[in-house]
Amino acid sequence: MKSFIKQSLLGVASLISLGLALPANAASLILYSAQHPQTVKLLVKDFEQASGISVKVREGEGPELVAQLMAEGKASPADVYFASNSPELMALEGKQMLTRLPAATLAAIPAKYNSPSGSWVGVTARENVLVVNNKLAAGLAMPFSLLDLAGPQWKGKLAIAPSDGDFLPLVSAVRALKGEAATQQWLKGLRNNAQMFDDNEGVAAAVNRGSVAVGIINNYYLARLQVELGNKGMHSQLYHFGNGDVGALLNVSGAGVLKTAHNADAAQKFVSYLTSARAQQVLAKSNITFEYPLLPGIAPAPVLKPFNQLTPPALDMQKLGDDSQAAPMLRKAGLL
Amino acid sequence: MAIHSLMPGRTTHRQGWLFAAALAVCAVLASPLLVIIWQAAQSDPADFIDMLWRPLVGSLALNTAIIVSATTLLCGVLGLVCAWFAERTRLPWQGLWPLLSVAPMAIPTFISSYAWVSLSDDLQGFPGALLVLGSAYSPLVFLPVSAALRGLDPALEETARTLGLGPWRCFFRLILPQLRPALLGGMLLVALSTLSEFGAFVLLRFRTFTTEIFAEYRAGFDSHGAAQLSIVLLLVAAMLIGLEWRVRRQPSYERRAKGARRAPPRLELGARKWLVVAGFVLLSCITLLLPLSTLAYWLTQHGDAAVSPVEVSAELILDASSSSIELGLEGAALTVLLALPLGYLLARMPGRLTGLMERLTFLVQGVPGIVIALGLVTVSIRVVPSLYQTQFLLLLAYAILFLPLAIVSVRSALLQAESRQEELARSLGLGSWQTWLRVLLPMAAPGLGAAASLVFLSIVTELTATLLLSPIGTETLATQIWADTSAMAYAAAAPYALALTLLSMASTWLLMALLGRNAIDRLATDGHTATGDASHV
Repeated sequence: MKSFIKQSLLGVASLISLGLALPANAASLILYSAQHPQTVKLLVKDFEQASGISVKVREGEGPELVAQLMAEGKASPADVYFASNSPELMALEGKQMLTRLPAATLAAIPAKYNSPSGSWVGVTARENVLVVNNKLAAGLAMPFSLLDLAGPQWKGKLAIAPSDGDFLPLVSAVRALKGEAATQQWLKGLRNNAQMFDDNEGVAAAVNRGSVAVGIINNYYLARLQVELGNKGMHSQLYHFGNGDVGALLNVSGAGVLKTAHNADAAQKFVSYLTSARAQQVLAKSNITFEYPLLPGIAPAPVLKPFNQLTPPALDMQKLGDDSQAAPMLRKAGLL
Repeated sequence: MAIHSLMPGRTTHRQGWLFAAALAVCAVLASPLLVIIWQAAQSDPADFIDMLWRPLVGSLALNTAIIVSATTLLCGVLGLVCAWFAERTRLPWQGLWPLLSVAPMAIPTFISSYAWVSLSDDLQGFPGALLVLGSAYSPLVFLPVSAALRGLDPALEETARTLGLGPWRCFFRLILPQLRPALLGGMLLVALSTLSEFGAFVLLRFRTFTTEIFAEYRAGFDSHGAAQLSIVLLLVAAMLIGLEWRVRRQPSYERRAKGARRAPPRLELGARKWLVVAGFVLLSCITLLLPLSTLAYWLTQHGDAAVSPVEVSAELILDASSSSIELGLEGAALTVLLALPLGYLLARMPGRLTGLMERLTFLVQGVPGIVIALGLVTVSIRVVPSLYQTQFLLLLAYAILFLPLAIVSVRSALLQAESRQEELARSLGLGSWQTWLRVLLPMAAPGLGAAASLVFLSIVTELTATLLLSPIGTETLATQIWADTSAMAYAAAAPYALALTLLSMASTWLLMALLGRNAIDRLATDGHTATGDASHV
């Protein structure tokens, strides 16, 4: 009995020491990323070539990674967080988990796309849109506002992905602009009207193949589908909300350095790289990202509607907030 | 000691450490569950009630109940019927049918769901979910039932037949009762796996508690909501396990015959065998051919504008494949190793304590991988930070997730390896370890092989725990497929999906061939091996 216990203790100890020996590589940078994996791969490869710093990436859905970062707390191995939507960064900022970025990094990007307190910087943006099936939506009058989609005329014709990380900012935006009661009413309407999908990819694919007439997505999902299927495979197009309607919300993706970063220097270099002309060109020309580069002067992919023709609602990062109210409202409406 | 009073009969030194080992395994298993309960308990009771007392939860409960019962029934019938025909009737290409019956579980449900849903939208929701899970999970019944069929004592059946029992009555009155532990154990696994299924339900737009836990986790910024919903799943899983406990009795299934072990006889079906073959072929078309041809379709479907820089190189596929294989092998070894003490205790000394421990392993099966993974993240960060984000932690998660799969097979394998042989070996002077190595393990090899193959397959197709716990930089075939399909690069995902499917199928074949059938054939043709070995000492 005694020798067995001793043996197993030895075994556990050696396993633990093995575990200790493996991840201890201080020269490399650890990136938690909610951005699309292929995009991040391109950027990381380019950054490694340019800087000689090696980057290891953990991928996941935005709120999921934020939850993981919060659970890890001080023990987190992460140096940089690259968000898919700004509220994720606002949530980390609210918990005082991000360090202030140097003025030079912040200055590259127009201030309205950055953290109000300077703890994260905007990298790309994308527009909220409606994807419309050419055949199914032929006789339908397009909605003037996002809120119209709660009306009875859209019953069974609408697709949404309420648990996608991209849907939360939309709820937060409606709440910020129209108030709590109107938002709840709108969500209730969506609950009655919509087919629910798990993510925006599912919504875009379903509308394009003709399962449902229209769907709420971010603009780049359709461009990606086009790359994947070729022009022959496309049976849908985008409808842009106009006149500063909340439906034309601009989602900002950005990055910040964690206070607990083990390699703060490299982390700052990476974030500053993301806002550099070099990285922004990689993003613009990747033919896979289809988001708007936020560095002024870098032209986005030609398939996108020109950036200066977008009419997003007037909403700053502070007002948009950290999405903390979005999930409870979705729950109340039965969407989550 | 309190433990001793719970244990049946005599307790030796050796059994003492077996119990200790089994209890240690259970402690590891229970840790993520305790974290979930602790997290849920921390939340405000009013919050808890708000979360659970909603109309949505009612419809989730209904969906969950319907799909769990339908899938379990379908898989029970399919698995039993296939196992019977594959093991006990004489068919052309006899070796092919068991393979085809197990192969569907090699196709990840998130791949077959995509195949079906891209065929027709009508398959969204319940019909598609039943179709996909019925295909994927019936091997969970097939494997233990066919192992049990192989190990049945032919003498009993022959006696019954000579006494005038017809084949049907013989099946229902003699064979089916003997298959009960394997059948019910398999069905319980199906029920619990359905309870924690995620990928297929998401693609088929069928909402259950598990999909909701994910949604809650993804949208909630913390895991409290997910933990609260998980408590419901835990309760449902506990109910299913209790139900199975009540239904299953524990008779002895040891062979009583003293003679050499023979293969059970196979029934001659005459011309009707072609009907059975047609049935197998039709089933394989649905469970295998269709998902695989959709995969092949995607392989040829890179759009004409496809200049996307998504890299698909032989090197990357090889890298991902080798990570998958490595994790699968190590995880299967660890899981079967951890399953041995409990499996042995369950087979040799079934009692209240061992029964409780077995139920604990099942409880974990009903909880989605992501919940276990989250629990492990919390445990490792707070208790053993040096384990956090190491490969060992991921292997541990696999072991926790798939231990019930292993235990079902390990237990029935050891049940059928006669305890008298063990006693004989020991009376002839073989030590404990020697008895294990030279008598018990060879006799139990087919079942252990089935256990290892099941766990390996489950690991290489596992997605959610892998995503959360894999050491940074480790990419497996499953995570690559996920990354590509979530960017809608279905064509880019296809080579990985194909590699994963081929890998799973090859491993199914290899493990069944090496460990399962050969061992049985050897025992069947060379019946004295096990006894002979021991008596030579």
